[in-house]
Amino acid sequence: MNWFKRKTYPDFYNAYAESFKGKNNPLETTRFVVFDTETTGLNPNEDLILSIGTVTIQNFSINVSDSLECYVQQEHFNADTVKIHGILKAGSIRKIEETEAIKLFLKHIEGAVLVAHHIAFDVTMINQALKRMDLPKLKNKLVDTGLLYKKTKYVKDHTHYSLDQLCNTFNITMHDRHTASGDAYLTAVLFLKFAALLKKKKNRDLRLSDF
Amino acid sequence: MKNTIAERILDFLKGFPPFDALTHEQLFNIATQVKVHYIEKDNYIFKQNEDLHDSFYVVKDGAIGIYRGNSLVDECDEGDIFGLRALIRKDQYLLDAKAIEESIVYSMSSKVLEDIIITNPKANQFLIASFATNTRNPYSEEDKGTLFANESFLQPNTNSFTEVQSANFSKNPIVCQAHTIIKEACLVMSARKVGSIIITENKQPIGIITDKDLRNKIATGLHTISEEVESIMSAPVITFPPTITVAEAQIAMLKNEISHLCITTDGTPNSELIGILSEHDIIVMHGNNPSVLIKEIKRATSAESLKFIREKAQELLKNYIEQHIPISFIANIISAINDAITKRIILLSITEIQEEPPVTFAWLAIGSQGRKEQLLLTDQDNALVFEDVSEDKKEATTSYFLKLAKGINNKLNTVGFELCPANMMASNPKWCLSVTEWKAQFKNWITHPDQDKIMLCNIFFDYDLVYGNHDLVNEMSTSIFEAIDSYEIFLNFMGRDALKNPAPLSFFRNFLVEDSGEHKDQFDIKARAIMPLVDAARLLVLSHNTKDVNSTIERFKKLAEIEPQTKDLYESCISAFRILLRFRTQQGLKNNDSGRFIDLNSLSKADRLKLKGCFKPIKDIQDLLKVRFKLSQLL
Repeated sequence: MNWFKRKTYPDFYNAYAESFKGKNNPLETTRFVVFDTETTGLNPNEDLILSIGTVTIQNFSINVSDSLECYVQQEHFNADTVKIHGILKAGSIRKIEETEAIKLFLKHIEGAVLVAHHIAFDVTMINQALKRMDLPKLKNKLVDTGLLYKKTKYVKDHTHYSLDQLCNTFNITMHDRHTASGDAYLTAVLFLKFAALLKKKKNRDLRLSDF
Repeated sequence: MKNTIAERILDFLKGFPPFDALTHEQLFNIATQVKVHYIEKDNYIFKQNEDLHDSFYVVKDGAIGIYRGNSLVDECDEGDIFGLRALIRKDQYLLDAKAIEESIVYSMSSKVLEDIIITNPKANQFLIASFATNTRNPYSEEDKGTLFANESFLQPNTNSFTEVQSANFSKNPIVCQAHTIIKEACLVMSARKVGSIIITENKQPIGIITDKDLRNKIATGLHTISEEVESIMSAPVITFPPTITVAEAQIAMLKNEISHLCITTDGTPNSELIGILSEHDIIVMHGNNPSVLIKEIKRATSAESLKFIREKAQELLKNYIEQHIPISFIANIISAINDAITKRIILLSITEIQEEPPVTFAWLAIGSQGRKEQLLLTDQDNALVFEDVSEDKKEATTSYFLKLAKGINNKLNTVGFELCPANMMASNPKWCLSVTEWKAQFKNWITHPDQDKIMLCNIFFDYDLVYGNHDLVNEMSTSIFEAIDSYEIFLNFMGRDALKNPAPLSFFRNFLVEDSGEHKDQFDIKARAIMPLVDAARLLVLSHNTKDVNSTIERFKKLAEIEPQTKDLYESCISAFRILLRFRTQQGLKNNDSGRFIDLNSLSKADRLKLKGCFKPIKDIQDLLKVRFKLSQLL
């Protein structure tokens, strides 16, 4: 490896990276992109992204028009997970190349704060895809709704709260569970509820650093 | 590209007006532009005098209260729209919108609204209606009945109601071409025994020849029978759409000095001819009105001819329902016809026995017939009370009246009132008693109530004198109130019974449907919505010692008078009851049954919402009963 050769990146990546420079947005204008990925399995080293779904939150409302839903064509196929996400290897849904999906995703999350339920996994999956494209990792600030839930309570526990559990606890009707978009939407509703709880707990307007 | 979230939003919206009127594509477009808001309980969406948000709102989950100051003007839940008026007026908000429980609310921009208004007349109509109504709350006096079927816009007037019926025109008009020879046209008219023939071109009416033209133009020698019809036809013709009412037809005939109107698909001469309406048709229709029917009933000499008259009444009922004549007015007319039929049958039955009744008696309609709330032909419920006689004449008297009652029940059956499967009929020795026996029976029911006796009270306390001695009935009523006075806890038992069917909304605001049996998944409008109101009205009226008010609507009106502080609730019960009764009648006419079980899937969402709107008063009146009769510890 040549340590002195400064690596150059494609334009779309540069634009993405640029979007974080000198940004210190107030909370009202911060764009939260809530996302979820469906994958062939749970091993980031082997498994691949099958779909990405997002919704955005701005000014504490979900903006349906600003969302992304894409399905990725993958050679690797795991029949076992089909019963979870229902995405067939061929199937009738229009699929795109992984690099195409990542480009769309990067464009979509420019300057945004990323939100997901147990975000570490989803981010790892995206980073693996970036690595395959020879690109650096994601730069966004990250919010995990699993952790956010714990912040709204005084207890610090290590329990793992599943999306299903939280939707049940917070009385959110579950539709389209285990589709990336559906889960992203449910996560977004949870996020709004948690933000409201957090605000109540802090008894003041929230700041970005609270998340 | 697939859009799961927009699809989900579309699925929700498409169930509610005005969105149900939009095309899938329009709706999908709207769904992709929705913003989703989470509103905590007691948080505001907008406040009075706040500047306009550039959007209106639809409740997805939860409930939003619309407040004027501190008073709740309207409560919006699932599928309800709010924030629309300010947006249409392009003005500040006049009211507050605050979450009553935690809610998820969709917002849509004014752009979306404009698109709906411009592109879809049906949706447009709904928006204008809700704009014009201010709110949908059946509780607030000023808005009553606005989005609900216009129950009170027609003043009941026995002389004029035929006029608003739609006119029955002849559906297969006799037609010919412009170049048809007059003689040929006349041969067709003679063969078909009609007084007019319409000249058409491309199925559109261009002229008409009537008997009068033949008299004035042929018989006078002005034209010969070998000319073409075109030379003598009257043109242009006067056209109307098929929705024409009797009144419109009469006015048009008078104004144009003509005796025939052409009915075309869109009401203009430029659309297809589908019928013809003659003066004669109008005269025949005037013959089909209640006063004529009642005259016919009085002249009838057999149950069979009464059956025929009752069938005509059924036709009337259908017309009234279609024409949105106020339901209480319809109920009065149908009851009057039923009463007249029953009276006639009683007289015929006495004649048949060839022996006058030994003492005076009274024939009572009970249950829904007694309340004058029975619009459809259902099974009969009746009872007979006769004057007390000395012990030695008792047996003979009883057997006379049982025989009479049997004759009456059978004839009513011939007319179309099925025999009561539970045998709640005067021919049953249990319900054919002397006044003293009735009084003892009522006293026993009231002072030793159990489940069955309460049920009997519910049926028999709604009696209505159809024929006979009024004093006997008065005596019975007085004894009921005396017995209740002496044993007041009876009312609590009745109250408990009145709550046996809870208000028909489940926790998630869905309809409660039958979960088993023949009517699985259907909505039992009688047991779940109508009876709770009927039972509540009866109980409350009894508790006020109010005699002789038998119909549920009259009872609630009376209650509103006695308790002005609860007037709003009683009035909303009246409007709910009217809607429910109309609904049931419509369903019954449509499906040719009692209308009791409704397949919710067959209803439009607007109708479903309308039905749901009736449930709040049911819940509220049940809550009132709970408190007033201290039922929480009994339940």
